[in-house]
Amino acid sequence: MPEMNGFSGISPEDKERLALTGINTDSMEGRAGSFLLVNDHILHAGSQTEGVEVLMIEKALEKYEWLKDYCWKIVPADKDQYTKYVADHPQRGYVIIAHKGAKTTFPLQSCMFMQGDTIQTVHNIVIAEEGAEVHLIAGCASSLKTKEGAHYGINEIYVGKNAKVTSTMIHTWGEEIEVFPRTATVVEEGGTFLSNYVCMRPTKMVQMYPTAYLKGEGAVARFSSVIVAGTGSHIDAGSRAILQAPNTSAELITRAITNGGTIISRGAIVAEVPQTKGHIECRGLILKDGVMHAIPEIDGRVVDIELSHEAAVGKIARDEIEYLMARGLSEEEATATIIRGFLDVRIEGLPDVLQKQIENAIDSADHGF
Amino acid sequence: MLEIENLHVEVGGREVLHGISLTVPDGQTHVLLGPNGSGKTTLLRTIMGFASSKVTSGKIIFNGVDVTHKPVHERAKLGMGIMFQRPPTISGLKLGKFITATNKIDEARIPQIIEKLHMTKFLDRDVNAGFSGGEIKRSEILQLTVQNPSFVMLDEPESGVDVENMALLGNAAASLLEKEIHMKSRTKSGLIITHTGYILDYLEADLGYVLIDGSLQCSGNPREILKSVKTSGYKDCIACRK
Ligand SMILES: Nc1ncnc2c1ncn2[C@@H]1O[C@H](COP(=O)(O)OP(=O)(O)O)[C@@H](O)[C@H]1O
Ligand SMILES: [Mg+2]
Repeated sequence: MPEMNGFSGISPEDKERLALTGINTDSMEGRAGSFLLVNDHILHAGSQTEGVEVLMIEKALEKYEWLKDYCWKIVPADKDQYTKYVADHPQRGYVIIAHKGAKTTFPLQSCMFMQGDTIQTVHNIVIAEEGAEVHLIAGCASSLKTKEGAHYGINEIYVGKNAKVTSTMIHTWGEEIEVFPRTATVVEEGGTFLSNYVCMRPTKMVQMYPTAYLKGEGAVARFSSVIVAGTGSHIDAGSRAILQAPNTSAELITRAITNGGTIISRGAIVAEVPQTKGHIECRGLILKDGVMHAIPEIDGRVVDIELSHEAAVGKIARDEIEYLMARGLSEEEATATIIRGFLDVRIEGLPDVLQKQIENAIDSADHGF
Repeated sequence: MLEIENLHVEVGGREVLHGISLTVPDGQTHVLLGPNGSGKTTLLRTIMGFASSKVTSGKIIFNGVDVTHKPVHERAKLGMGIMFQRPPTISGLKLGKFITATNKIDEARIPQIIEKLHMTKFLDRDVNAGFSGGEIKRSEILQLTVQNPSFVMLDEPESGVDVENMALLGNAAASLLEKEIHMKSRTKSGLIITHTGYILDYLEADLGYVLIDGSLQCSGNPREILKSVKTSGYKDCIACRK
């Protein structure tokens, strides 16, 4: 296994924070490819898998003329102040191209790491060509030393015909970091897009509303989010699916817990053509003060569609705690067990390594309760 | 094992139990009968210490320790165990994992117990999620068996259970209460709520009580009480009080 460049300058404590986001810092074992961005510097970009390229965006745009048609295409450069800011700065980020039929067994990891007080900008493009399959794990973290900073990330994801892309993003930002991801995905005929978001650590502000456009017949999108917001965290996270072809379907699932922070959980499914399906499910718990605001929207514009949503915000049921206590668990153990169960979202079609990674992130954060 | 002295209990701001006194000695099993709503479940929940049952006066002494105001898990640690009539679903908690986490018996015995109770295929399911009546009872008795309490409370073990499941449950309850051991060396005790008395086909009980409107009406031979309730219902018990 080749060594990874770039992690040598990172302290052991910060390496631990990166490990929480699912990033391997020691070797490339169990990873199909890697990309590491520290502040403004790309320290590593490379792929171990045939048919899959991991390139720096500047290099990729030089190498492939056609790539410009995928750049600032589904996330417009003038969308808002954050996209404008990124567009006005030198383009940094990765382009992943999974060529026709290429499949990665292991996930491709990308790591955005912030040290020092700064605004980090990235622009990533993922292209899965016909029949290709890629699993991405994006770990985003800041150094313990970072007191203040912001991360603006642009992601444009193209899921080709019968291709599959899973994207698992685990945030371990600091309490003074503001994060504004801007993500859009296009899914072609028979393609599948699974997006998972895990945020268990305090973050001053997250604001994002990734959108998937299901353009081709039979395309599927599923967004799953697991969010815990402690005091001082403001997490405004949503996901949106636009159903634009027959037999497309989308599912948006959120489990959110506030422990003193604010969570705004948005979800929207728009059905533009007949024979489409969508479901939004948002469950929230308020453990102590905090705000949990669920805003599910379903928007049907034609006949012959099925859209539904369910949202519930509550507290941990006393009878569940006492049930576990009657079997010998202390009140704290019972509460933690119920919370752990509440956050457990099984994501169909996700490789085991990634499901484990999500579970690890959840388990490692349990101690706070 | 258990001594209850003049226990008054409120549920939802209303007194449901009006001065209950009873004693369950070591190694004995007692059964509790009574019409719906008379307070049987409330009594068991009070003994276990659930917050909704508020003790306003009286005492619960367990093996010499006053547990009247002790939290639920401390009572469990002292050796109390309960089979719930309607247990809640615990989403995201696999039955198998729960069993492992709460186990107090020799681990080598568990696979056989699971097999016997036909629970193998439920280990990967969330606790009680979508379980049928019989499955809930089997899951409950499995949990109790690994918890291995010295004082076993069963709340209507036969409700919603077919004949086949009844045999599984009855035998599991009997072994939980050490009914295979000679009564002289038996230490485990039980308090069982029953409507039908079917459970008595699998284990002997030493004493029976009838609870009417939150007061114990009479106590005596469990089979005789059951026989009279079966023939003439609780009306004689109610009349007996007047
Ligand atoms: N959570 C509760 N809130 C208010 N009343 C309750 C509650 N639980 C039980 N009760 C009342 O207490 C009485 C006794 O109920 P219960 O102990 O369940 O009776 P049993 O088990 O003998 O059928 C009933 O009148 C019932 O309605
Ligand atoms: Mg009852």
